[in-house]
Amino acid sequence: MYSKILILHFPPEVAQKAVVCHLTRKFDLLFNILGARVSNRKDGYMVLEISGTRDSFKQGVRFLKDQGVRVSSAEQEIWRDTEKCTHCGACTAVCPSGALFIKRPEMEVVYDKDKCTVCELCIVTCPTRAMGLYSKKNTEDMMQ
Amino acid sequence: MSQFKVNKTYAQINEKIREGKAVVLTAEEIIDVVREHGPVEAAQNVDVVTTGTFAPMCSSGAFLNIGQSKPLVRTTRTLFNNVPAYSGVAAVDCFLGATQTSEDDPLNRIYPGEFNYGGGHVIHDLVAGKKVEIIAESYGTDCYPNRRIEKVMTLDEIPNAIMCNPRNGYQNYNCAINRSDRIRYTYMGTLKPEMGNANYSTSGALSPLFNDPFLKTIGLGTRIFLGGAQGYVTWHGTQHKTEVRRGLNGVPLTPAGTLFVMGNLKEMSAEWLVGQSIRGYGCSLSVGLGIPIPILNEEMAKFTAVSDEEIFTQVVDYGHDYPNAVSKSYGEVSYAELKSGSIMIQGKKITAVPLSSMVKARKIANLLKASIQNGTFLLGEPQHFFYITNMAVHRHNRRVESRCISVFYADFRHLSFACLHFVRTMIFMIKGLS
Repeated sequence: MYSKILILHFPPEVAQKAVVCHLTRKFDLLFNILGARVSNRKDGYMVLEISGTRDSFKQGVRFLKDQGVRVSSAEQEIWRDTEKCTHCGACTAVCPSGALFIKRPEMEVVYDKDKCTVCELCIVTCPTRAMGLYSKKNTEDMMQ
Repeated sequence: MSQFKVNKTYAQINEKIREGKAVVLTAEEIIDVVREHGPVEAAQNVDVVTTGTFAPMCSSGAFLNIGQSKPLVRTTRTLFNNVPAYSGVAAVDCFLGATQTSEDDPLNRIYPGEFNYGGGHVIHDLVAGKKVEIIAESYGTDCYPNRRIEKVMTLDEIPNAIMCNPRNGYQNYNCAINRSDRIRYTYMGTLKPEMGNANYSTSGALSPLFNDPFLKTIGLGTRIFLGGAQGYVTWHGTQHKTEVRRGLNGVPLTPAGTLFVMGNLKEMSAEWLVGQSIRGYGCSLSVGLGIPIPILNEEMAKFTAVSDEEIFTQVVDYGHDYPNAVSKSYGEVSYAELKSGSIMIQGKKITAVPLSSMVKARKIANLLKASIQNGTFLLGEPQHFFYITNMAVHRHNRRVESRCISVFYADFRHLSFACLHFVRTMIFMIKGLS
């Protein structure tokens, strides 16, 4: 099972068409809408978590691009400063995707970066400012 | 003639601590010991139970004496990194409060405010060893002619720094929900509309005052873990309340007792005093607090064995009721339910969100345990008690006796609820199958 979060940008002319549902119909992909703003007059965007086999994922993305949808992956990501985090749990109130959750019974706050939709709500909610937005390149450097 | 089978004194326990023979358990560890062996045997074997809590405690701050200058000054306004401290005390004394915001903070003008820097953060920076910019002003007098001083100091260079928290360690606190239709930013965290989440802030079974509900061993002079150093309980805190509704175990069902605590800020550490920015509300300071409870008799063993299942709090609406000073509870929930991650209110399952760090609370209880075991932390014997007059304890005991019968009915009620729930689940399952 392959799963990835993608950001789809719909130009106004595409925004009126049924596009995303074909991911399921034609390519047997599952999608979870993590965030969206779509209007039939303006351009819109959608944040989708798409899962399926790697092949069908590739085909699905090609299909989206053929339909005129701009597809990008998140260029920035949320990083947790583990030194600053006190494991209070305040962030779990606002995290919409469950990327920040509490591990029980230890009551530790766990951050699962794969589930993060980069909505940035945790950044201003965290009382110790342990969460930050970084460009992916930077965090890769930090990892090394 | 004592009413207890086990009778120990502070001096006897301290002697054992000095000899390195004291038996110390955390407030989580004692639960099973008392359940298994009973309170009398537990009291015979265990000397001290340690507690801990780590959460934003807004009523905190420090008295700072910034040292004199040449010519002399009597400060009337003092700023630490642009955060004002109350200077209406003598010469170069001032009190820096945790919730004081920076002078140039936009506050809630850009709603919800971020409150990135305030008094709590200055205290955090000071104990972290960082340099702090101090600006102080005065109107000038014959004896204190200087009108303005500016200096950069670290905590080591500041002559006196005394942590002085007028209200810490609240014995129980509300669980906050939001029944309105818009998001609310409160000191109880972000509350989503239509009861989107329920926030609570206590370490439950580890929380100091849940383990000594009548403050029988905590009083003036009790030595405590405060911000990483040894501090003291110096009085009861503000909003301290003794006449409250209690469970049969004596634990209050609403906010009750509080503590006034003090300690030497210079000995404290940045791990246990952490500046807080609470969105839309303001600045604060998370304080690490731990209190050792001497097991003087079997009653104290019983008190300290309280578990999350036996501690309850009220669910309060912060969308409408709380801001309008309406006192109303939308249900009574146990900390076991809250810690499980969800509670049921008015038939709706609500995510329960903690604001108090259990990870840190546990660490405090264990640190305190270790320092008692290795003889570096001795118990302070209280010189004065603030709680409960004997009358109140008697009243509580009488109520317990008279309620023994009604408890049976309460159990019966719980049982019937459980049956009803079971039947309902079965109906759903059958419906689902067919």
